[in-house]
Amino acid sequence: MSDDNQITLTINDQKVVVDKGTSIIEAAKQSGIEVPHFCYHKRLSTPANCRMCLVEIKGAPKAMPSCYTMVGQDMEVYTNSELAQNSQKGVMELMLINHPLDCPICDQAGECDLQDMAVSYGSDRTHFKEEKRAVPDKNLGPLIRTVMTRCIHCTRCIRFATEVAGVPEMCATGRGENMQVGTYVEKALESELSGNMIDLCPVGALCSKPYAFTARPWELEHTDSVDVMDGIGSNIRIFHRGGKVMRIDPVECEDINEEWISDTARFSYDGLNRSRLTTPLRRKGKSLEACGWPQAFDAIKKAAGKASKPDAIAGLAGDMFSAEDLYSFNAFMKTTLKTDNVDARTDGSTMTGKHRCKYVFNSGIKGIDKADFILIVGANPRLEAPVLNARIRKNVLSKRLQVAVVGAPCDLTYPTMHSENTAIILDQIASGEHPFAKQLEDAKNPMIIVGAAATLARKDAPQIMYRLYTIADQYRVVNKDWHGFNVLQQKPGRIAALDLAVYPEEKGKDTAGILKALADKKIELLVLYGESDIPPESLKGAKTTIFIGSHLSPYAEVADIILPAAAYTEKTALWMNTEGRAQESKKAVAPPMQAKEDWKIFRALSAEIADPLPFDTQSQLRALIVKRAPVFENLNTFVPPKWESFGLAGHILDNAFEQPVRSFYKTNEIMRASQVMTECQDLADARADVNAKQRKVG
Amino acid sequence: MTAQENTLLKQSDENLALRGARVQIVDDEKTYTWPKKLDKDIKGIIAKYPSGRQASAVISLLKLAQKTFDGWLPVGAMNLVADTLDMPPVRVYEVASFYDMFFTQPVGKHVVRVCTNVSCMVRGCYKVLSEIEDELGVKAGETTSDGMVTVQEFECLGSCCEAPMMMIDDHYHGNLTPDKARDIVKRVKEGDVPTEASK
Repeated sequence: MSDDNQITLTINDQKVVVDKGTSIIEAAKQSGIEVPHFCYHKRLSTPANCRMCLVEIKGAPKAMPSCYTMVGQDMEVYTNSELAQNSQKGVMELMLINHPLDCPICDQAGECDLQDMAVSYGSDRTHFKEEKRAVPDKNLGPLIRTVMTRCIHCTRCIRFATEVAGVPEMCATGRGENMQVGTYVEKALESELSGNMIDLCPVGALCSKPYAFTARPWELEHTDSVDVMDGIGSNIRIFHRGGKVMRIDPVECEDINEEWISDTARFSYDGLNRSRLTTPLRRKGKSLEACGWPQAFDAIKKAAGKASKPDAIAGLAGDMFSAEDLYSFNAFMKTTLKTDNVDARTDGSTMTGKHRCKYVFNSGIKGIDKADFILIVGANPRLEAPVLNARIRKNVLSKRLQVAVVGAPCDLTYPTMHSENTAIILDQIASGEHPFAKQLEDAKNPMIIVGAAATLARKDAPQIMYRLYTIADQYRVVNKDWHGFNVLQQKPGRIAALDLAVYPEEKGKDTAGILKALADKKIELLVLYGESDIPPESLKGAKTTIFIGSHLSPYAEVADIILPAAAYTEKTALWMNTEGRAQESKKAVAPPMQAKEDWKIFRALSAEIADPLPFDTQSQLRALIVKRAPVFENLNTFVPPKWESFGLAGHILDNAFEQPVRSFYKTNEIMRASQVMTECQDLADARADVNAKQRKVG
Repeated sequence: MTAQENTLLKQSDENLALRGARVQIVDDEKTYTWPKKLDKDIKGIIAKYPSGRQASAVISLLKLAQKTFDGWLPVGAMNLVADTLDMPPVRVYEVASFYDMFFTQPVGKHVVRVCTNVSCMVRGCYKVLSEIEDELGVKAGETTSDGMVTVQEFECLGSCCEAPMMMIDDHYHGNLTPDKARDIVKRVKEGDVPTEASK
């Protein structure tokens, strides 16, 4: 090979060409040769402490760990020679000295690395007659169940906590036979990514607490889908059995979530089976009673018929909806009910779908790997998108990426520079007075991350956006090869709502207008589609209120008719993540009992009231969506939008940015229904109380 | 089940419990601060390492902390070291629990470490050890009820030339016989710790 950066070697007499600096284990993997291993993980540092990946290298006096040994020119590696096989067999025997034989009651059984390796590379007998040791279990909080006797000390969890999650709370205390993995001082892990340790654990030492003893891996069916607990659209695999979601694991996706997912994505699934709406409901006096779909439709038809004028009808949509849901809702409101009083921006934002570059993550999440300075404006990525924050952290640690924050105080698990928390700082940066301006100027690939939740709902959002546009323009945040202006959307449905114009397009009322009209008793028919940020008290006042959603929510108390819809695991649908990348979720289980997929509800309802909406199948609906917003055509591809000017010139208010996320484990109706998330939130609240008290004392 | 089997079973239970729970956590819930007079020492220790690598001083500071706070390291003291060196507390716990000479639970005022490694073993260290245990009325690994003396079996202390030997606090005592050891430990019990070098 003439290329200087390429190295040729042979593995098991097979010629392999890889990049310089590749480890032997990776080179073997690339050429389809499996080397057994426990401690090695490509996204973590390499301690080479399990010794399972020993291979023979011709010329080396003894077997070498292939995870830590880099390839060399003309190296001859054997992974299956006698020496290598004996080494692996010997190490396997050592691994099993203390590992209990409790596979029949272990949750990991069936998908356990140790089991697989023991069968493939181990021996059927052992030299050791000593009794096995027992290790006390640790309490790591409501998400992770520990059976520490099973631990083989690979230290993956310790490295994950220290390197990726940024909460160095796991440690290995003691030495030799007395070594124990745990937190030493007992406490629940303070991480939004802790669930990933369960995947990393090669044995059954760290298991999922909610999943404990509920199913066996070989009984489960799985469906690959997209997570909607935050805006980045992590790729997930939904495991289900008998129409019930049993657990959720990440799927590797280099562009979005690497192979991590947040705890909310992983553990909120029990909310899918709790307080669900399973049948249409109708108000009878003070209580709601179950009725059939025809009766519910009939009542809605009557209410719509009674409405004096289209302006007396209004609709509000929440943030947990896919493109199909939002398009059909929008069409139902605007075509069937003929009103323009529709809004999906219930946080009070007035942003429209014009200029796509002002509301998506333009660089792509992978762009973070290229940035060398990030200015975060009014965002808390640790809580708004924990997986994205882990990617920033990775770059901060490895490449000396610098991060500056203008916004509410937050601990992002890596060193940051904080300015005073007021929007006026942006003026100072634009004029070059603030020290951040110098850093933006010096950076080669500067990046701005704007938190949609804390910034775009402000009254002066257009002015702030204008200032940010000026800053981006001035400091080459956007240039020929680099697009570093990013908006971080926490809500999974918001970008689709803007792309599909689920807001008043002509002279209709927006959220504020609808709420005012409600207070003035000018709304006769109100359609509430899903839960949103608006408290239910403010939604009283319409003659008839219809609530369509998946969960029984506080909105039920103001609703007269309730229609049960599907949750994200129950529909095949298009979702737009914060990058503006369209991804498809797949239907894993059926909606419970009488609940229906959302677009079918709107389609059927439209036929009841007036002319049916122009789609009978999902593919027809998809065609309409693509016609309205062509970005939905390219599934799973990231298309950076054109850079255009946006915002309004004017003064920025001297207001602080608010905390974008108040209750991390309770951000949507699925999490609110989940018992596991409730436990996590209680723990987080208690911790915040203790911290606040300590701060007072300090 | 015979009486013998019963005893064996009981022993193995105790053994199991011990092996599993060796790492003891003792949090006396006190907050520790360095005495003012140590400021210079601490700065001196940290200055030995390149800036940004101050965590390398962890062993030195743990030694200092153990000496300062009653001869052992409660969680609070380890947290103090972590704070001083700006490193995560768990990294300090790992180091402290790794080394046998750091105590993570209370110990007696004086520590008698009897070497039981190969050289000392062939020269009769177990006779020395049992003599000491007999004199103090405790087993290796335990502390006398008055909190004066802790006895430990220890790995090689690096003084094989004068085996069998033991180490009391910071001093070596070599060429021991059971009688000699008993005499020395008697003095330790009364607080008169011999500091003369071994002959």
